[in-house]
Amino acid sequence: MFTETLLVRRKKRQEALAKWIFCGMAASMIVPLLLIIGYLITRAWPSLSLSFLVDLPVRGMKEGGVWPALIGTIYLVVLSLAVSAPVGILAAVYLNEYARDNWLNRLINLAVINLAGVPSIVHALFGLGAFVYAARFGYSIVSASLTLAIMTLPVIIASTREALASVPRSFREACWNVGATRWQTIKSIVLPNSITGILTGVILQVSRAAGETAPIMFTGAVFFKAVHKGDLFPYGLHEQCMSLSMHLYTLSTQVPDVKESIPFATAVVLLGSVLLVNAAAISLRAFLRARKKW
Amino acid sequence: MKTSVESDPSATNFAVRRAVRPAWAVLGEKGLEALIYLCGISAIIFVLGIFFFVFKEAVPVLGNEKFSLTQFLTSDQWYPTSEINKRYGVLAMIAGTFSVTALAMLIAVPFGLGAAIYISEFCGPRVKETLKIIIELLAAIPSVVWGFIGLTVMSRLIVKYTGAPVGVNVLNGGIILALMSVPIIVSIGEDALKAVPDSYREAALALGATRWQQIRRVLLPAAKTGLLAAVLLGVGRAVGETMAVLMATGHAVHIPHSVLDSVRTLTANIAAELGEAPAGSDHYRVLFLTGVLLFLLTFVVNLAADFFVRGIRRR
Repeated sequence: MFTETLLVRRKKRQEALAKWIFCGMAASMIVPLLLIIGYLITRAWPSLSLSFLVDLPVRGMKEGGVWPALIGTIYLVVLSLAVSAPVGILAAVYLNEYARDNWLNRLINLAVINLAGVPSIVHALFGLGAFVYAARFGYSIVSASLTLAIMTLPVIIASTREALASVPRSFREACWNVGATRWQTIKSIVLPNSITGILTGVILQVSRAAGETAPIMFTGAVFFKAVHKGDLFPYGLHEQCMSLSMHLYTLSTQVPDVKESIPFATAVVLLGSVLLVNAAAISLRAFLRARKKW
Repeated sequence: MKTSVESDPSATNFAVRRAVRPAWAVLGEKGLEALIYLCGISAIIFVLGIFFFVFKEAVPVLGNEKFSLTQFLTSDQWYPTSEINKRYGVLAMIAGTFSVTALAMLIAVPFGLGAAIYISEFCGPRVKETLKIIIELLAAIPSVVWGFIGLTVMSRLIVKYTGAPVGVNVLNGGIILALMSVPIIVSIGEDALKAVPDSYREAALALGATRWQQIRRVLLPAAKTGLLAAVLLGVGRAVGETMAVLMATGHAVHIPHSVLDSVRTLTANIAAELGEAPAGSDHYRVLFLTGVLLFLLTFVVNLAADFFVRGIRRR
């Protein structure tokens, strides 16, 4: 009864064709990139080792490892996190728990979106004008971290808001009904129930802050700074520091005759750490979804 | 399991006796809530602060008679360190930003939207999850790594296949920026397609439409504002990108005539010269003025994108 007519066959062909065209489009954006990453790793291979991470750069950064840059990046990330995590989380608490749907709320949303959209080099100009000169922090880790903190604030606000919004309203109502105030409800019901989601946002902020170059270039990162090998706290907060992202930029554009594999290895270390941190955030989120009880 | 005040008439009887809390707890809570409020409006303060500080550093040059705003916007003569006649025209950089962004969008928009359609309409849930994770990881790649890829991998490929004298040019920057803005286009585009009600798809199927017809005649028109927002956010990302274009587009300050010409963008110009410009000099202030220009440009683009995004949410 249902024999395939010419029309049906043509439709099926079209269907398959459309599917493969779109699949090809998706693949052509992803596959080249995987190839490029593979290429970076093969080129970096001769230099990649544990000692590359903990060695100092030697002979004018032409050889050696990335230790001071790695530590500098950790400094910047931790300090910027110390500022942007509390501010971002409290901002999200305000937006999700306190704010009414009025003009102020809309204005804040607009500001968050624009903060995320401002070019990183404009953040650098802001950091230079506000922290280096106006606040007299000078070219220092403090200035660079504060610039990074403001730049990454929208990441934390957005993901914390999402985490807070996923706590059902009935939880809050139950808590209000036993006489708890707004803040008591937030402290004992809302935050504990959304802590994993908030953590995901914080991790994403770490990866974002670690990869940025432009905002720290003119506020506190330097091409080179001599430190001792294995020194865990080589920088003072009012000093400048090296960072992995800046180091990669320097090696690939400013230093002549670098050993071939070293910039590649630096790129792989930076890329690897950022992707690893992101993967951690993604798996935390997957774990959260799987365990969700409501 | 829903509890609500209205559904329990006896609740009002209990509310008469109020628990007495110590004064410090009440005050502490008030203080904390003030802090939360302050953090809440911090985003507004920061955006205004960014504009204020960047503008403040730029503004003295506007009063300088050697500088004219029309020359700044319409001249392609950029000689900030010339001894005899300093000229500050950013037209060449505007052209650079425009050409690289346009090329990037020419590549990223069809492929990004195609990928969004594939993810939202064709693939199964398993593949969908995997692709979304890959897209998220792509979005996380630092811009300096993209710049490095442009400088080392892409420039060699370009020299090899097009015979261009230098590999760092509009084409290189365009490809790199396209790859960078695809993730944002895909994720926002997919959201826009997801927001189209299933009943639209069912109606198209019931009329005997093929998938292709369904996408072209039903989904794309229904999701067009959201897709436009996705494209605008991609443009915003491409215009504001600094490190990647700094490393991948070469450093020639001139209006490009072909995709194989080297250019300099507004962002790259600031990044390249800010380190050399003495603080407080005209050169330094003009770079801040370029920052103001960039701020306003991305502000408008993001505002427009937000307008369209809220368009989808409201439906």
